[in-house]
Amino acid sequence: MAKSYYDPADLRKFGKITEWSEELGNKFFDYYGKVFEEGALSAREKSLIALAVAHVVKCPYCIDAYTKDGLQRGITKEEMMEAVHAGAAIESGATLVHGVQMMNKYDKLSM
Amino acid sequence: MAQSILTDIKKAAKKSLKAQKDVLANTQMQLEILNGELFADGELPYFKDIIAETGQFPLRPKKLEVLQINVGYMCNQVCGHCHVDAGPDRKEIMTRETMQQCLDVIRKTGAHTLDLTGGAPEMNPDFRWFVEEASKAGIKDFIVRSNLTIILANKKYHDLPEFFKRHNVHVVSSMPHYTRGKTDKQRGDGVFDKSIKALQMLNEVGYGIPGSDLRLDLVYNPSGAFLPSDQVAMEHDFKKALKEDFNIDFHNLFAITNLPISRFLDYLIASDNYEDYMYSLVEAYNPTAVKSVMCTNTISISWDGWLYDCDFNQMLDLKVASKVKHIKDYNDEVLNNRDIIISQHCYGCTAGAGSSCQGAVA
Repeated sequence: MAKSYYDPADLRKFGKITEWSEELGNKFFDYYGKVFEEGALSAREKSLIALAVAHVVKCPYCIDAYTKDGLQRGITKEEMMEAVHAGAAIESGATLVHGVQMMNKYDKLSM
Repeated sequence: MAQSILTDIKKAAKKSLKAQKDVLANTQMQLEILNGELFADGELPYFKDIIAETGQFPLRPKKLEVLQINVGYMCNQVCGHCHVDAGPDRKEIMTRETMQQCLDVIRKTGAHTLDLTGGAPEMNPDFRWFVEEASKAGIKDFIVRSNLTIILANKKYHDLPEFFKRHNVHVVSSMPHYTRGKTDKQRGDGVFDKSIKALQMLNEVGYGIPGSDLRLDLVYNPSGAFLPSDQVAMEHDFKKALKEDFNIDFHNLFAITNLPISRFLDYLIASDNYEDYMYSLVEAYNPTAVKSVMCTNTISISWDGWLYDCDFNQMLDLKVASKVKHIKDYNDEVLNNRDIIISQHCYGCTAGAGSSCQGAVA
């Protein structure tokens, strides 16, 4: 067994998940491929969304994959960093908005 | 990260691999790497085996359409991705005698496109004479691959846009990237700023304007260890950025994949990207692109008159597998009856939408 939970070379093996569950694996990859096609959003815009989400879910494979995808599409590093901040802002906002719950509970319990 | 590594390498590399006596200046060493354990151990398939799956081995030429002539490896730039290992220290320059042999072939060949490349072809002292003579041959499409910065490199080159126009030359120029931000616009005397100025000079004499017969196309090479994206989408982005930021017009963008040879191979190895890059190329292999790879319609001629299947094979010193190996013995019929020499670098021309000196092929 590998001594690390994450090995960059494992990203290349992603497709192998179909070997243990062909139907579900294929359905996932079909869906995945379809999602990132040009649509109401451009493939370029979706690449930046994917990069932001990759950071929020802290997936090292996805960060590698969508940094490379961004470079391939000519996306600049400034655009990439802004996308990461958009993800980070939502993530920290999601934490902070729970502060209202804390405030509500505090007020309810206090005389 | 790859980009910053490349920038560092570019800054460091003031000399060609050859001048540095780098081990990779030896083409045999490059071929050994390309045939190395990644492929020998069966981790990735050899190019010959993968094209054989669709019955395309051996690769054979179709009708000759393009004569690509490399008039010398001297260049005013030392780019980190250069497959020619060109630079100011390269002294290999085509002589007028070899040019004359090329002209004899140009006049009798059925090729519709003549493509001059280098180095910076303009640095060959007989460049203008050769263009003047070749333009009389009645070739349909006469391309000069200009790196743009040469136009501003010295006063003697400032009139190149007018010279190209006078001979109805189709200008194909490398533009490694566009950047809309102020940072790159303010890079001082950098390549980017000079390229922008040169493009404006070409526009001024009528090159690249929509509807103009004076063709100006740009070549985009990724500036790092990744493949080019969709050519049409990239062209749209380039056009928008260059028009909005610099009022520059051009006709088409050719997205060209960097092949893992010479200085780009050196960069891939130094930045620990070689294995990943080869995986990317093999994963993106497109059997449809094999049908239209440029070696099937092109002959590449080196500064000293030797014949190759393509400019990349020229840089690997893989001469055509034919009885006719030199321009002085040129014969369309004999040459056309040959097998094209391939190795793992060929994956660069068959990835995704394919890649050639004219951009995507599939």
